[in-house]
Amino acid sequence: MSTERTPVRFYQVGSFAVGNRLVELERRSAQSDPTRANSLTSGHRACAGCGEALGARYALDAAMRASDHQLVAVNATGCLEVFSTPYPETSWRLPWLHSLFGNAAAVATGVAAGLRATGRGHVRVVAQGGDGGTADIGLGPLSGMFERNDDVLYICYDNEAYMNTGVQRSGTTPGAARTATTEAVGEHPGNRFGQGKDLPRLAMAHEIPYVATATVADLFDLESKVERAMEISGSRYLHILVPCPLGWGSVSSDTIRLARLAHQTGLFPVFEARDGDVSAVTPIRHPEPVESYLRLQKRFAHLFTREGEVADRATVARIQAQASRNITRYGLLGRDDD
Amino acid sequence: MTERRPFAITLDVGSSLANLTGTWRTERPVYVHRLPPCSAACPAGEDIQGWLYHAEEGDYESAWRAIMERNPLPAIMGRACFHPCESACNRVQVDEAVGVNAVERFLGDLGLERGWRIEPGPDTGRRVAVVGSGPGGLSAAYHLRRRGHAVVVFEAQADLGGMMRYGIPAYRLPRDVVDAEVARLAEMGVRFEVNHWVDDVNALLAQGFDAVVVAVGAQRGRDPGIPAGDAARILDAVGVLRSLEEGDPPSLGRRVIVYGGGDTAMDAARTATRLGATETVVVYRRTRDVMPAHDEEVLDAEAEGVQMRWLSTISRSDEGRAVIEIMTLDDEGRAVGTGQFEEMEADTVVLALGQEADLSLLDSAAQVHVSDGVVHCDEHQRTGDPRIIVVGDASANGADSRTLTRAIGQGRLGADAIDALFEGREAQVDSPRAPASFDRLNTWYYSDAERTVRPRLEVARRRDTFSEVVGGLSVDDALFEARRCMSCGNCFECDNCFGVCPDNAVIKLGAGEGYAFNYDYCKGCGICVAECPCGAIDLVPEPR
Repeated sequence: MSTERTPVRFYQVGSFAVGNRLVELERRSAQSDPTRANSLTSGHRACAGCGEALGARYALDAAMRASDHQLVAVNATGCLEVFSTPYPETSWRLPWLHSLFGNAAAVATGVAAGLRATGRGHVRVVAQGGDGGTADIGLGPLSGMFERNDDVLYICYDNEAYMNTGVQRSGTTPGAARTATTEAVGEHPGNRFGQGKDLPRLAMAHEIPYVATATVADLFDLESKVERAMEISGSRYLHILVPCPLGWGSVSSDTIRLARLAHQTGLFPVFEARDGDVSAVTPIRHPEPVESYLRLQKRFAHLFTREGEVADRATVARIQAQASRNITRYGLLGRDDD
Repeated sequence: MTERRPFAITLDVGSSLANLTGTWRTERPVYVHRLPPCSAACPAGEDIQGWLYHAEEGDYESAWRAIMERNPLPAIMGRACFHPCESACNRVQVDEAVGVNAVERFLGDLGLERGWRIEPGPDTGRRVAVVGSGPGGLSAAYHLRRRGHAVVVFEAQADLGGMMRYGIPAYRLPRDVVDAEVARLAEMGVRFEVNHWVDDVNALLAQGFDAVVVAVGAQRGRDPGIPAGDAARILDAVGVLRSLEEGDPPSLGRRVIVYGGGDTAMDAARTATRLGATETVVVYRRTRDVMPAHDEEVLDAEAEGVQMRWLSTISRSDEGRAVIEIMTLDDEGRAVGTGQFEEMEADTVVLALGQEADLSLLDSAAQVHVSDGVVHCDEHQRTGDPRIIVVGDASANGADSRTLTRAIGQGRLGADAIDALFEGREAQVDSPRAPASFDRLNTWYYSDAERTVRPRLEVARRRDTFSEVVGGLSVDDALFEARRCMSCGNCFECDNCFGVCPDNAVIKLGAGEGYAFNYDYCKGCGICVAECPCGAIDLVPEPR
């Protein structure tokens, strides 16, 4: 519901834009602050228009603000790790640690325990990884961390495939999407439907104190979720959708637009859950059909003709049905929707 | 080396800032200032988005001063302007146009209330005569005073304001507002000579004026010569409105026909209703859709009980009645007679078929070219004699749309042309700017907000009073309305570009200073361009 998103008065762009010269400083986003932490600074080697680089800075800057810069980050292997730290350079402006692909949650658990043991329990720990390191390779350690309720905020930057190694399918790749391992050939081109993992719901099943989803298209929503997570002790999970121009075959300038469409179509429900139950959803503001999301991505190009007409009606209808299911399940159209 | 390095590290940890990713770029973003449609449509040339920007912050004095750069009469224009800016406003395509006119009125009234002043320029020793104290004349006088020239305004009538006083009824423009804005000009040192009819422009030049602005307006009602019986009562609308203002309202009777379809016809009809007519009919030869009167005026007239009779001409008028010919439209949309006639009862017929200028004062000026009752001018309102400037309704420029706002714009151009003549420089031209079209906006970011409606006097109370019909906005409503502006084509510091850059390649320069790109790191992804709400960033090919 995000009641704090409705300002009492009218401020031209409200809380939709990053900043707003018309509201008081303390009500502006962390990103609008010229002295923001810039946790992931310039010179990193992410592709132009990278959603993950953006999402990581959004989330970590908010966590830095919330923890008064007392923060350590543990990173799984993946794009984020590779593009930020080609030896001996680093783009990170906070203590940062990388070990293996699958063990970020376990390492973060250890870091938190070590800090506590050495009397530095006030230093907070964030673990972060891509969808591959989270849904597939690192799922065991993550589940263990949740089970033990270790005091770590785990952030998954979901770009829906293994982008770093050349766009292979992961456990979060959507149905019909073309990847290097799910080519757009055969009777059912692209990724199969009915497989894959719904990570936020997996996290909720562990009944940890806080689970939330967000996108890089809604900064205030994302920052408020990071802040809420930082107020809580124990295991917390934040799942951020970060479009990938390379893997999705989209124009680099469309990154935020795609994240917005993922939310507005209902394909990516934005919500938060406390102790295993959904406690709030961010409603859809301007509903869109899934086609307007799919058309912008070459990974779905086989669903359309060159002229942009729908070529595979059945598959588009199936994706629309998924969106509708999300809208119903989470009540994404607001109170009137049942 | 005594320095301790972390385990297994052989090189110092370096920052990625050493890696200048700007070299990847094939296109680069640049900040632009595009021309918003409101400003493009403003005949007075106001920078509307610019002054709304100040009003959005509640800095009303800066907003007022920004208006005064172009228009010296904001309280008047906030009432009497037909606001082409609102018709052009991009927000129409989101919900409704921004109420620019209402905010201008709010600022104009606040300026009068707070007594804000504009200082005249340092004395230049030059003297300019302005003939006529209507909007064009006052605008020229104001802009000349700002440049430090001595100005004398000659007005033939007893009171100042021209058509703002003698043409626009008081229910649309209260006279105390006109008085107050004129008084501010007098405080700037503009001298006014009333009851002074100028019959020869050359005589003024001979008296020692260095230049003359002719702003005589179009004061004479056009008479088509309708066949009429001896006892027929036919008046012209301009005369009716003028005699009303002079405190001598004509007796119109109970049934009044107003002949014509412009704003003056609506003013005359609404005035007739206020003077006691129980049945006022506007007779117009064509149809509503091509009627020149502005919609708001027509709707207000209809609300007050004025009836409209389309496709009709008056072919004869006698005592108590008029003969109407029913018209039809031919293939080219022209009205042609059908030969069918009807009779209507009418105590008075009021003619509102347009006005003409009395240009006899230019008869002696051999280099001034008059044709079709208007003076030929260049784009700076100069006539063949560079010392003689003609602005407003007497000018041929834009003669198809005679409005106060156009006269104010021309007054400024004329004043600048005179100043340029004195200074020996070129007259100024607004540098061309690419339009801030709707397709460049990212309207996702604007909060949903419907237009604030100005209060209107109840219809029942309008019929017997000349009280102002349209009210003003409260402070809160004016602030709200200003903030509905989408700032098309011009940065309003929403921080979006600064926030959405994945490469931290946007530098925030501080309040009021905007942003700059750090091309050392900008990869040219274009997210800032796509997510700029107001379309103030262009993506251009990287220079080689």
